[in-house]
Amino acid sequence: MMRVDRSFLVMALIFALLLAAPFVLPLVEQTYLLSLLIKAMLLAIAAISLDLLVGHGGMVSLGHAAFVAIGAYAAAIGLESGIENILALLVLAVLVSGLFALVTGALALRTSGVYFLMITLAFGQMAYFTLTSLAPYGGDDGLTLWSMATLFGSDVVQNGGQLYLVILLTLLASWWGVHRLSNARFGRVLRAARDNPGRTEIMGFSIFRYRLTAYVIAGMIAAVSGLLTMQHAEFVSPAMAAWQRSGDLLVIVVLGGLGTRNGALLGALFLVLVEEVLGSIFHEWRLLYGPLLVLMALHAKGGLSDLLFPAHGPETTDATRANGEQI
Amino acid sequence: MDVLEIRNLNKRFGAVHVSRNISLSVPDGQCHAVIGPNGAGKTTLIHQISGVLQPDAGEVVLAGRDITASKTWQRAQAGLGRTFQLTSVLPSFSVLENVALAAQAKSGSSFRFFRPAGREADLNEKAMRTLERLKIGDRALVPADDLSHGERRLLELAIALAGAPRLLLLDEPMAGLGRVESAMLIDILADLRRSIPMLLVEHDMDAIFQLADTVSVLVDGRIVAQGAPEDIRNDPAARAAYLGDKGQ
Amino acid sequence: MSLTLFLIQCLNGLQYGTLLFLIAAGLTLVFGVMGFINLAHGVQYMVGAYLVFAFQQLTGSFVAAVILSMAAALLLGLLLEHFVFRHLYGRDHLAQVLATFGIIIFLNELAKILFGPGTLTIEPPEFLAGSVQLTEQLRYPVYRFVTILAGLIVAVLLYITVTRTRVGMLIRAGATTPDMVSALGINVQKLFMIVFGVGAMLAGFAGVIAAPIFAIEPGMGDNILIIAFVVIIIGGVGSIRGAFLGALMVGLFDTVGRTLLIEGLEVVFPPSVSNQVGPALASMLVYILMAAVLVVRPQGLLPAKGAA
Repeated sequence: MMRVDRSFLVMALIFALLLAAPFVLPLVEQTYLLSLLIKAMLLAIAAISLDLLVGHGGMVSLGHAAFVAIGAYAAAIGLESGIENILALLVLAVLVSGLFALVTGALALRTSGVYFLMITLAFGQMAYFTLTSLAPYGGDDGLTLWSMATLFGSDVVQNGGQLYLVILLTLLASWWGVHRLSNARFGRVLRAARDNPGRTEIMGFSIFRYRLTAYVIAGMIAAVSGLLTMQHAEFVSPAMAAWQRSGDLLVIVVLGGLGTRNGALLGALFLVLVEEVLGSIFHEWRLLYGPLLVLMALHAKGGLSDLLFPAHGPETTDATRANGEQI
Repeated sequence: MDVLEIRNLNKRFGAVHVSRNISLSVPDGQCHAVIGPNGAGKTTLIHQISGVLQPDAGEVVLAGRDITASKTWQRAQAGLGRTFQLTSVLPSFSVLENVALAAQAKSGSSFRFFRPAGREADLNEKAMRTLERLKIGDRALVPADDLSHGERRLLELAIALAGAPRLLLLDEPMAGLGRVESAMLIDILADLRRSIPMLLVEHDMDAIFQLADTVSVLVDGRIVAQGAPEDIRNDPAARAAYLGDKGQ
Repeated sequence: MSLTLFLIQCLNGLQYGTLLFLIAAGLTLVFGVMGFINLAHGVQYMVGAYLVFAFQQLTGSFVAAVILSMAAALLLGLLLEHFVFRHLYGRDHLAQVLATFGIIIFLNELAKILFGPGTLTIEPPEFLAGSVQLTEQLRYPVYRFVTILAGLIVAVLLYITVTRTRVGMLIRAGATTPDMVSALGINVQKLFMIVFGVGAMLAGFAGVIAAPIFAIEPGMGDNILIIAFVVIIIGGVGSIRGAFLGALMVGLFDTVGRTLLIEGLEVVFPPSVSNQVGPALASMLVYILMAAVLVVRPQGLLPAKGAA
């Protein structure tokens, strides 16, 4: 029980810091850091949903950024068509992304393992090219939005309002939701199917249905991240769906520690930090970032959660197992 | 009433006819054993019953329901419980959670997303009762990975039992067990068979003569003899094909 | 669409298809034999293109540049194999994805630094310049014909190697029953190195012959890598014949199909609709083909027997 409390403690600490940031940082004239934190939180929401697939479900998807982008575009197009209420846009984004997840997931899950990875990558790329061909909505260049969504007319969900807080609360909700889900009946079946699909099927579970449901849920959560990304950037572009963004998300969940409670969040904070620090040292920081990933892949197996908090809770055991398991 | 009925099962792999007109039945409260030399087609038969392979012709009927075309998980839902020749459990789950998950499969929908499954008392109690029945209750909180081979066999059986099966399909449950462990497992199965009918594929003759009510001898994909264990022991065809073969 | 345009599109499709085959063949072999998912395969294609550009600048001769590039592509492949990939064969696919993703980021950035972020072009060699008069209205560049031919020759050589030689036998055995190969006492590490070297050369070669046709730029390997995956999904993992069939299908679909689709839409819908829907639908075309194959045959059209 102690260990469980500890991962909650870490989470509480991070949230306290994130909550304090908008009050403290302006005092020390570091408001720039706030936009970095927003970036990390938006990434974390998407990464949490990806971890549901990869960490808990053993489904390595390399097309997850597509859901973020589709959510963002659905909301942006809704906004352009005159829908201003963010709740209506939320429903729109979640439904469109969920539908895309349902169709592509049903196809991709006809296979497993590395096939699944290739197919999600391909469908992600399809989304990317489709978005670039949307000429009325900016095509290649993306779409700059001139008016942003409101909450029943209030600007609380805008950059000028409390968007930071809204994003923080959404992050908390995603974290909590996925945490509950992974321990519920559904999550247990999902983890069982990851560890031993044959056995799980013979127990009487149709793993296809559980995996597809997880895929759709993950796509929907990613769409929420997309909606908020749009609201923050006041801009959408096909680059959001680029496969490198999917790769980044995968890096985040692996870095953070697969299937661990705080892995996706730690990974996102870490990635933004690395990008910022390396990038401020020299412009061609990717020359270091690339080899860093190679070294990670070769040597570190448990991710950041394991590195920072090496106590082996039951979840960490799961994660190491998922790491060693052939997908 | 027959819980399991297999009618004229046929399966070919190219030129090899691995199941030839296999028919057998398992009545309520009985144990039906299938024996035969290696390569006789026992594994293929099991695969066709559990749904890994589809027969070319013939039917598999479980508790009055034709499951020939059903998927593996549907067969489990219809009441087929099975154990594997090579044990197959969820290594990172605790022993209790392995069994509780099997119970979960038969207790309402698993599309529940919020309430922690680990705190569902009825699932845990059911799992615990099953484990205690198999005398591994004291290992409930250990990861399944840490079990000995014999304990894993019992865990597999517990997983199968927790699904409240109408029929148990046991694929060489004695494989790899020592003498003491075997004897214990035979006792357990002897206890169970009146309440849960079994189809037992096994090499261990002691087990077969202690457990089986009927024995089918499978050779080259065909049943060459079928009857009570004593009759099979004295059946010339069975002796020639299998018992003789074993003596060589 | 006029007949001439149709024929040109067919030739373009064939040319694109053979190029895709060269890339997909290496990818599918490496995956089939080692179970290794090499995302960096596309970036090796890019390196081939940059190499031929650099060597042509240095030597002034296209032929010399091709030969030197192939050697360098092989060397790069073997270095990557030795220092990175070899240590990941037994590991899960996630580690492989992470490592090869890192290599892509590194090499793309390196190309940007060394050659600039813009696009580069090189001319085909003089003796392959010009075009052939096919019909009265149809002229087709010699160089493109040569790339089609080169692709077909490599396809035939590869097919013969895989089906008729001892190494090929091992490759096929490795793709279907990897345990068997090691059980036979074959030096698996050496086999892996050979397969990987061949894969690297194929990717490099594809980059080399593509250089005079397409723009050379950082990241040029990324999109084609994903299309190569589509080819493999359509053809079936681990199978050379599958890669060939898939590559030609994708090549033709993406060129001929694209044109036909847009023209078809123009006939059926008013321009306001077809102008909007056409490009979006056209860019989805090969993925729709992939989806269709997945519905009908999830294991691909011509899978290597027994491969995952």
